[in-house]
Order: sequence, then structure tokens, then C-alpha cells
Amino acid sequence: MSKMKTIYICCGTGCIAKNSKIVLAEFNKKLEELGVSANVEGKEEEKATGKMKPTGCNGICEKGPVVKIEPDGITYFKVKAEDVEEIITKTIINGEVIDKLLYFEPSIKKRVRHFKDSEFLKRQHKVALRHIGEVDPTSIEDYIELGGFEALKKAVLQMKPAEVLKEVTDSGLRGRGGAGFPTGRKWNTAASIDTDVKYVVCNGDEGDPGAFMDRSIMESDPYSVVEGMTIGAYTIGGTQGFAYIRDEYGLAIENMQGAINTARERGLLGKNILGTGFSFDIEIVRGGGAFVCGESTALLSSIEGKVGEPRAKYIHTTEVGLWGQPTALNNVETWANIPIIVTKGGSWYGSLGTMEKSKGTKAFSLVGKVKNTGLVEVPMGTTLREIIFDIGGGVLNNRPFKAVQIGGPSGGCLPEDHLDIPVDYESLVKADSMMGSGGMIVMDDRTCIVDVTRYYLNFLAEESCGKCVPCREGVKRMLEIVTDICEGNGREGDIEELLEISTMVRQAALCGLGKSAPNPVIASIRYFRDEFEEHIKNKRCRAGVCKPLTTFIINDEKCKGCSLCKKNCPVNCITGEIKKPHEIDIDKCVRCGNCINMCKFDAVKVK
Amino acid sequence: MDMAQKEIIRDDSLCAREVIEQHPKEQRYTLAILQDIQRKYKYIPREALETLAEYLDLPVSKLYGMATFYKALSLTPKGEHIIKVCDGTACHVAGSMVVLNELEKMLGIKAGETTEDLKFSISTVNCIGACALAPVMMIDETYYGNLTPKMVQEILEEYMGKKNE
Repeated sequence: MSKMKTIYICCGTGCIAKNSKIVLAEFNKKLEELGVSANVEGKEEEKATGKMKPTGCNGICEKGPVVKIEPDGITYFKVKAEDVEEIITKTIINGEVIDKLLYFEPSIKKRVRHFKDSEFLKRQHKVALRHIGEVDPTSIEDYIELGGFEALKKAVLQMKPAEVLKEVTDSGLRGRGGAGFPTGRKWNTAASIDTDVKYVVCNGDEGDPGAFMDRSIMESDPYSVVEGMTIGAYTIGGTQGFAYIRDEYGLAIENMQGAINTARERGLLGKNILGTGFSFDIEIVRGGGAFVCGESTALLSSIEGKVGEPRAKYIHTTEVGLWGQPTALNNVETWANIPIIVTKGGSWYGSLGTMEKSKGTKAFSLVGKVKNTGLVEVPMGTTLREIIFDIGGGVLNNRPFKAVQIGGPSGGCLPEDHLDIPVDYESLVKADSMMGSGGMIVMDDRTCIVDVTRYYLNFLAEESCGKCVPCREGVKRMLEIVTDICEGNGREGDIEELLEISTMVRQAALCGLGKSAPNPVIASIRYFRDEFEEHIKNKRCRAGVCKPLTTFIINDEKCKGCSLCKKNCPVNCITGEIKKPHEIDIDKCVRCGNCINMCKFDAVKVK
Repeated sequence: MDMAQKEIIRDDSLCAREVIEQHPKEQRYTLAILQDIQRKYKYIPREALETLAEYLDLPVSKLYGMATFYKALSLTPKGEHIIKVCDGTACHVAGSMVVLNELEKMLGIKAGETTEDLKFSISTVNCIGACALAPVMMIDETYYGNLTPKMVQEILEEYMGKKNE
């Protein structure tokens, strides 16, 4: 057994939120105290007392902070600062495995030593996320060691731009930001225009709530994005690149900037790349927190220093884009796929995914009421059931599955009988949802579909830029109607009116945001019409979310009198003696639903 | 805020000249400059907006349009502690509104507002990407996850205690 061990600590945003930096500091401290010469950062030649260098997101945020010990091949989960000393004395010094920190694999009901043996990872296929969690994002050496910049060298030294374009076209790669426009065709348009100034833009304005794939890529593997953009520039004849990143993504901006600077120092970016005379540089632009700026024309307008309003796309941005010049704009995940497509060839990538129009893999952030919250990547065509139940481990607390929301605010909620549809661009659109950027939110019986619809409409109404009337007014009217329904003021005919406005907005709005804004309404009504009707006619919210339509009661027969609900009630409206059925004072109850979430005996019900 | 009164006592310390002049005089840096001003003052003072308009040779109305369009920018001062309640979809289905209601009740302000003593601001944000901790909120740079109304009470009381010290 090697004496030198490397301890990888996940410092993605999810793990940082779970105190992984405190754990890292504790490791540094304890290793120094004990004089153990392993290292906590990722590089064997460095001393254990090295400075903070986080590795990126391992994908399974639910079980964070994640600690990997190599070359032993041991992965620990939910590591706390208190565990650090034990890990060092047992695992680092003596090579013993600490059982309680290992991943519990539910399918075999056993703990597994290495995370790679879990169903969560076994069923995934990492392409865009290939380096995540395996490299130190601040180290170009780590990236190069895993084959980084080979693709750029191959492209600029051995291939003509047209040959690169052919590989990308052959791969069948489509825009991973949601709309799914073929990347090869986009580049072809931009490449075919003869002009001196062309731009390459990376859309890192990931705005869909519940989606964080792009952030993880930029935080954990920024060099892939930089390399992908540089190859794109070489292909279309681009001169300057911009990476538009959400201002909220502090770590992503920091790591991307670091990668750009280092690549420039190494002659992999900037003037005369690899001595070939090809010059290209990338500048970071921080987003301003407007969802509509994820739309291509709005994003370009924002880079130009204006209000981020979209324009009608009679002429595509590939022809007339940033400052009126041809512009190749792709999303982060799309760019991250480019280097590996160039290295392994378009036909290799095309062999993944469905045989029809959805090639390759897609990353999703699997969140909501699911056991294994995190980042997953699967070949296109994988079914929703596989993603949610096999990889995701099923619904949290084994509650009944109700719906899965895909495609962000422009997508829709799909019910249980749609779990076997393959995840690809066409199948999702057919089901009144869409691929979107990859947020996948699992919902259980405690989620009210009407409330979720209201949530998305509220989001869209706030984010509507206000330029075109159908979106500005239509979405607002729909929000008013759905809010009325949630508050118990729903009327007969509301559903029909919602559908009518939806049709109008879908046809008449100016940009993608507006055109797809009715999607959540249409899909929710299509699959959960009875729940809307129950709200309107019976004034009841079966999930217990819409407060005016909710009354919580405790079932005498099921209540064991454990008083867990009583202890956790914020307004102390639950009374009852230990081991005897409790009661809720309906007049004092604020309907927060904490009791129903807490109860282990399923005794709290919605009347 | 009383704007008429504000105009009379124009505060030169709020014109953010040193922040503005770090950037080239080009329109494409407008958003970046506004963000830097926001970072420094925690809002965009009127004086800074006017100075920037002069610097970039743009009408104040254009900059006002930007400052109201982008969510990251605010024209009113923010509190000492900024509470961001995540209302991403994952947090929403996990009960972020319950968290928000509790905060609003305790501080007596609504989301988007600041307490009179300028100690706390509450805002909702679309997703902070810590979905595994839903429902989650951030107070300044600290994450608080898997929240229940009781926990919110305890956490906020701690911050309020600090205030009284």
C-alpha cells in the first residue's frame, strides 16, 4: 500500500453549504498535529499543510461533504469535523475502513467501499461532467494529465476548421441550454460568413431554478469550457470570446477567470495560440440577475451594456449577433462537450444516446423530493423512471411519487404514467414539457400542482422583460387566475380561460421565454386537471399547501402520541399527553405543514 | 426616501468616482460598473448614477432603466444583514414559503424590504444551487439548510441578539 495518500474533499457549493470547508480546515490542522504526510488538496508532492484547493462537485450533494481517499479507493459521506481524527488514525495511517461513513447502497442493502460501485454512479455515463470531482479546478496540470488540451492541439495543429466543423456536425450535438438547436449547423452559418470580426459566447447565465449543472461545470472543470470555446473560435474564425456568467456564481466566476489566465500564460489562449498564428481571447461578463438574459438576443444585448431585452429573431444571432457581427453562442454544457468530441470523433459521440435526433448524453440536476439529490449525467433516451428511481433512489421518505418537473419555468410537470418515456428532445416536447437546461424536480404527494403552477407563473411574470404585450399581460392574467384558485376564489370556467390565454401567449409572444411561458399551465392542466377542479369546486387542497384550502387533522387511531409534532409546532397549537392521541387547534394553526412532515406514523392528514 | 430633500444635500461621498474610474469609458462596461457600485454601497446611490451618466455620456434615464431591470441592482439601501430565502423549485416544494412567512412575521417586513433600523433585508432568490439542503436560506454568506419554522426562529434570534450587544 502506498504510504502517500491523497484526500479529495468535495468543495462544490452543495458541500460548502454543508461545511466542507470546515472539514477541510480540520483535516489540515489534524494532519499537521499528527505529522501525517498525506495531502488534503489533490497533489501528492505538496505538503499536508497546503492551502485550500477544493475539488469540484461529486454529484451527490445529498450525502455531502464527500471525502475520497486515493489510492485506497475509499469514499466517505456526510463527513463532519468530528470524524476527521478517526479518518486519519484509522484510514490514513492504518488503511482501515470506517464502515459507518461509507455509502449505503439500498439495492443490495450493503455499504460499498468505493462510490463507483453504487447504483448512483454505475448507471451514469459522464461525458460533459467527465472531469468533475476528479480534478482540482484550479490546476491546469490536473486537467492536462487527464488529456486536457489534446483536442485543441489536434484541432489547430492537424485539422482544418472545416474538418472540426464536420466532427461537431457528425456528433449530432444539440444545444444543451434547452432549445436543442444543432450546434454544427449553428457554427456552419457563422463560419460561412466572410468577415474579420466574429464572436464566440458562452451562456453561463443558468437561470432555471433547481438547475445547477452549468455552475458545477464552470466551478469544477473550467478548462473544458475554455478549451471548447477556443476550438469553436478556431472553427468559425472567431476573434474574441465572452463568457456571460451569473453574478451569484462567485466560485464559478473565480475559477473560470483563473482558467482563462492560466491558459493565456501557457500560450493556449490569447495571441498566437500554440504558435500557429491563431489568436483568440475570452473575457468574463457578470450577469445582472435577469432570467430573460438566458435568451440569446437578450444576453448579447446585456453584454453590450444595455438592458437585456430580447429581439425578434428573423435574423439569427449566428449571422447578426454581438455588435452586429456573426456570433456562435452556446451554453456551458455544450462547450464542455466539444473537446471530447474532437478527441474521440463525432461518430463516437453520435453512438451515444438515441438513434434518432437526440445524440450523446445530458446532465441533469436531480432535486426536490428525491433521495439522492445531485448531479447526474445519462445517455439521451434513458427513461425518467431509471433516473428518478434507480439513480435517484426514489422518493424521499418513501412517500408516493406525484410528478416530475422538467425544463424549468418553460417545462411542465409529468405524472407517474409518463415515467417510462425516454428523456430526449422530441419525447419531452410531445408530452408538453421540454428538455430545458436540465433541472429535474421530483414532487411527492405533499406538493400541490396548482401551487407549483402559480410558482412558475409568478417567476415568469417577474422575469418577463415587458417588451411584448402577450407575455407581459398574458402571463400576469394567468397568474391572477391561478392565485385566485390557490386562495379559494376559483370560479367555474377558470381552467378554460387559462387554456385560452395560454394558446394566445404561445403564438404571439416575441421570444422563447414568452412562447414557452404557458407550458407549465398547459402541462399541469393536461395531467392534473382533477386537482385544479378540486381547488375550484371543493375548495380543498389535497397536498395541504394552499393555506386557505387546508385544514390539518390528526387521525386518533394512527397517532401514537409521540409529541414530535407538538414540540416542533411554531405556534404551539398542538395539544395532547404523551402516548395519547394529540389534537390540533384549528383556530390557532398557521398551516405551515410542519406536523405532517414530522409525523412518522402518517397520522396527520389534510381534511 | 424623500428625493427632493436628497437633491439638496447631495452627498459627494456617494458618487463612487473611484469605482467608476477603474473602468474604461465604454458603454459595454455599464453593467459591470453598476455591479461594483452595488457591491460597495449595497445599493446604487442617486449620486453615483449621475456621476456614471456623466462619465459614460449616457442619459440618467438609461442607467435608471438598467438599475431597475437587473435584479442584482437596488436603488434603495439594504440592511446590515441580508437574508436571502431560496425560492428555487426544489426549495419551494420543500416549503420555502413557510420559511419566508416566519421571517416576515418576526421582522415585520415583507420580502424585498428592509427593517427601519437598517439591520435586516429579506429577499427571495431563484436558486442558490444548494438544493440538497432545501429549504435553505443565506444570511450574508452563511447557508442555513433543512429549515423548519422553529429553526428559523432560533437562527434569527441569534442574529437579533448580536444586534443588541
